[in-house]
Amino acid sequence: MLTKDQIVDWLRRSAAVMRDKSSYLSELDAAIGDGDHGINMERGFKKVLEKLETGEQQDISTVFRETGMALISSVGGASGPLYGTFFITVAVKFVGKTQVSTGDIAAAFEAGADALARRGRAREGDKTIVDALMPAVRALEEAADAGESVYNALNKAVQATQRGMEKTIEMTARKGRASYLGERSIGHQDPGASSTYLLLKALYEAAS
Amino acid sequence: MKKLINRPETVISDSLAGMAAAHSDIVKLHTGPRFIYRAEAPVKRCTALVSGGGSGHEPMHTGFVGKGMLHAACPGEIFTSPTPDQMLEAARKVNSGEGVLFIVKNYSGDVMNFEMAVELAHAEGIPVSTVLIDDDVAVRDSIYTQGRRGVGTTVLTEKICGGASEKGYNLKSLTELGLRVSKNGRSMGVAFSSCTIPARGEPTFDLGPDEIEIGIGIHGEPGRKRTSLKTAGEITRILALSIIEDPAYTRTQRSWDAGAGAWVEEEITDTPFQRGDRILAFVNSMGGTPLSELYIVYKTLEEICRDRGLTIIRNLIGPYITSLEMQGCSITLLKMDDELLELWDAPVHTPSLRWGM
Repeated sequence: MLTKDQIVDWLRRSAAVMRDKSSYLSELDAAIGDGDHGINMERGFKKVLEKLETGEQQDISTVFRETGMALISSVGGASGPLYGTFFITVAVKFVGKTQVSTGDIAAAFEAGADALARRGRAREGDKTIVDALMPAVRALEEAADAGESVYNALNKAVQATQRGMEKTIEMTARKGRASYLGERSIGHQDPGASSTYLLLKALYEAAS
Repeated sequence: MKKLINRPETVISDSLAGMAAAHSDIVKLHTGPRFIYRAEAPVKRCTALVSGGGSGHEPMHTGFVGKGMLHAACPGEIFTSPTPDQMLEAARKVNSGEGVLFIVKNYSGDVMNFEMAVELAHAEGIPVSTVLIDDDVAVRDSIYTQGRRGVGTTVLTEKICGGASEKGYNLKSLTELGLRVSKNGRSMGVAFSSCTIPARGEPTFDLGPDEIEIGIGIHGEPGRKRTSLKTAGEITRILALSIIEDPAYTRTQRSWDAGAGAWVEEEITDTPFQRGDRILAFVNSMGGTPLSELYIVYKTLEEICRDRGLTIIRNLIGPYITSLEMQGCSITLLKMDDELLELWDAPVHTPSLRWGM
């Protein structure tokens, strides 16, 4: 099981990672976008921390909803609504829960990923967050079916996300600003897929 | 980086505070969340017009808040979309009960943030609608890209819809009008130099000393081609003919169905310009190109239009949708009719556009 405290720890770790990797994400973005992904994510997760520290969250759902609202109101660009939609959709699935199982996480993340893809009108292969997130969802579902622990499931999800992120290097961007580069976007790793990988990795570490 | 700023982090807040102080008779600044709104908002019996987008394109959008144009404008960080909480709070502030039309430029961030704002406003019972501007002909393909970017036609839509709001158009007719202006307008730009975002401190892209980018976007997005420097006449010809000869453009747009409370997708086609059309010609500076050079462009543009059987019945020349200090310009042509002409000529009183009052 994954507890509420572990989820809060995940978000703390995420804020630290976004601060440490801000330049890395912005450099990836500068190659095919407008170079502000790191700055935006760092600002967003700083806001998440502020929000989590000012209130007492009753359950995991509240943690996710407040995280989503903080991201929506502070990140801007495309990443704010995309990650915000993911967290708020997951929140609905976690109402009243103070701990969640592998199956709970798999089902909630699937709903979140679908909502994110609809918001962005994106499919796998478009060189976006979706390319890193969907493989993680599938890995979580397989692990849930096999009755695996949260720790093992997240371990597999992180590996799947990493492969998904690396596959974006060979893809041609079809969404967002990078799409205007067409084939010139090939050879660059998608910054959104990269921040998704960092978030999943932080979740796995928080579950350890 | 050499910029007339205090600190990169305070560029937007310092600039907005100065603007609100300079034009306190027209606009007010709301902070937390941040937006500029008409001093007398909400305006009774008027459908409210709200726009917004990344900062760095001034005077668009904040400079167009005032009588006969926008009711509120939501500025984001530089070249980054504003957020739904800004748009929602602005909508609450300016809604007179007649509803709110959001004018949105076609960038993935702007579209998604405004979509969330629409859903939130709808949930609160605010009648809301959107018009999407996607007029940059430099983007040919709408299937494998985000589609055409929203550029110069945005300014013209804000003015024409602002005139209609004052005349009492309801939300539905204002939305239809906005869509018509959007379909009638086409633009293309050129860059001679990059701009520098204060928080980054380095130019957004590199252009050699003798290079120009034809079809540049207002955030430095790549255009159709990079080529060597040419004369104003030659560059104007490339931009103008790309617009005039642009074929019918079809894409799928998502619009809000207030009755159903859901998004609907619709295929929309813009028809090309035709001999005999009456047009508005808008020659815009990207920020670093002086007015004298814009007039050189206009001279050739006027000749080309006459040669192609297009009659320029109005023009707008100056820096209205900029890209910080980028050197370059854009041309927008808008097909006019009697209704659009009357609304274009209607009185306007904003910090950056004023006539008739």
